[in-house]
Amino acid sequence: MLVAPVLADMAERADITVVTQDDPAFPRAAHWVVHDDDLAMSWHNRIETVPTLLRVDNGSEADRIVGWSRKGWEEFSGLDDLGNDLPDFRPGCGSLSVDPNLSDELAVRFSGSKLKSRRLELASLEDDMEAMFDRGFTDGMPVVPPTEARVLRMLEGTSRAPDEIVAVVPPDLVECSVEKVAVNAVMAGCRPEYLPVVLTAVSAACTDEFNMHGLLATTMPVGPILIVNGPIRAQIGMNSGTNLLGQGNRANATIGRALQLVIRNVGGGRPGGVDRATQGSPSKIGLCFAEDEEGSAFDTFAESRGFDRSASTVTLFPGEGPRLMFDQKSRSAESLTRHFAEMLRVNVSPRIVMQMETVIVMSPEHMARYRDAGWDRARFLAELEALLMIDGDDIVAGADGIEEGMPTFLAGHQLPKFPPGGIHVVHGGSRAGLFSTTIAGWVTGATGSVTVTKEITR
Amino acid sequence: MTVVLDPTAELRPEKRERVARPESLNGLTVGLLDISKPRGDIFLDRVEEKLTGLGAEVKRYKKPTFTKPAPVDLRHEIAVSCDAVIEALAD
Repeated sequence: MLVAPVLADMAERADITVVTQDDPAFPRAAHWVVHDDDLAMSWHNRIETVPTLLRVDNGSEADRIVGWSRKGWEEFSGLDDLGNDLPDFRPGCGSLSVDPNLSDELAVRFSGSKLKSRRLELASLEDDMEAMFDRGFTDGMPVVPPTEARVLRMLEGTSRAPDEIVAVVPPDLVECSVEKVAVNAVMAGCRPEYLPVVLTAVSAACTDEFNMHGLLATTMPVGPILIVNGPIRAQIGMNSGTNLLGQGNRANATIGRALQLVIRNVGGGRPGGVDRATQGSPSKIGLCFAEDEEGSAFDTFAESRGFDRSASTVTLFPGEGPRLMFDQKSRSAESLTRHFAEMLRVNVSPRIVMQMETVIVMSPEHMARYRDAGWDRARFLAELEALLMIDGDDIVAGADGIEEGMPTFLAGHQLPKFPPGGIHVVHGGSRAGLFSTTIAGWVTGATGSVTVTKEITR
Repeated sequence: MTVVLDPTAELRPEKRERVARPESLNGLTVGLLDISKPRGDIFLDRVEEKLTGLGAEVKRYKKPTFTKPAPVDLRHEIAVSCDAVIEALAD
């Protein structure tokens, strides 16, 4: 290596130790050369480039300089005339401790002990993927086997300690650590940078307000719907555009799934067990999407929930599967709002009022009607709510020969379809398409679930 | 051989022995827990009638809401005052 003569020169003039990674006789066999044969020193000192010069005071690092620079090394060491024959600057090479072929193994060797989960040895004749199914760990689709190396990589996505408790997860009411969430996030297919969203979603789901237990146990086809706002959307590559409620984007597809795997594996909530859904819904596999804030004519959904635009948040809405709201002909805000009201009247049942909220995922082309008209969120909601007053006579039990319905004492009253504050508007979708979506909720309030928004921290 | 981390809560299922099934309900106290679903009370009224006919003493309990687990105090009260409990669903 280029700097070998400099190292020998420095060893004669100063108190230095040279740590060599691969060749114990480099730069020469001498008492000031130490062989880092297991790469422990390199790994623990987070050496990414060789050469790296460390100044050590009382056993701890005081300063470092990376690569070769004559001027830099002279200032750093206080020694003159270093390597006069050498070029002024060379950036150095990659350290063996960050070699992609070795880094996973080193991470497991040197930091695997911080993982507390029980190790499960899969028999060599087992197929790893099949083993995950056989042990009941999956939601019916394949999961990524959560090896120590993968879980350690996942934990790089958060500054929180692996043993920190995130939530008490229903239905078994088990304390769940950051590590257990990371294990399930690996299985769901998350990248490490998604982990803060998953952690926040788990803690939001397991609050008394959100009542994950009830949402799981109910016979209705509902689950936690995740809506992400703020800068983290772009940072982790979430989809708020074309097909945002569908397949194809890794973050959208795996974050909600990770939460559901935590409920399944840590909480013990499984279909046919405490999960008593009569028919369920594809959204129960995990439904997560981001808002297109930049293209909206309204304030952001997170702002409507009391958060700053600069904050990253995740909102958990207790909801069923998405349903199309079709309108290709309205050219005025008034017409479109009237049509939305007509379509929203049938959420859950036209005869169910005041009990369940809704999310409207409004497409850009529908949002354009409100931009043109100069309506903001408050105006839209006021107009929509006024159109969603339902005549009690039409929906009480027995009306029109239908036994289902609201209690008969509500006959003669005008009833709001949704409870106060129960219409959540999120903007998203592709630039073309006059289609929006409603996601109907389940029981709102103290006897059901309350929509919860939390700020995401790393 | 692959080693993976256990994704579950690692709860070893604790085997909890049930109290032996009584030979007869005569003279026993039976708790009836209404989970607060509509018409559950009508069902339980009928069950109470039947049980009383068998010589059991019946105590009635009610969860505040069917969507959440019974509060711990309610569970404790049932455990200490009854010999058997019937939890009823209705819809």
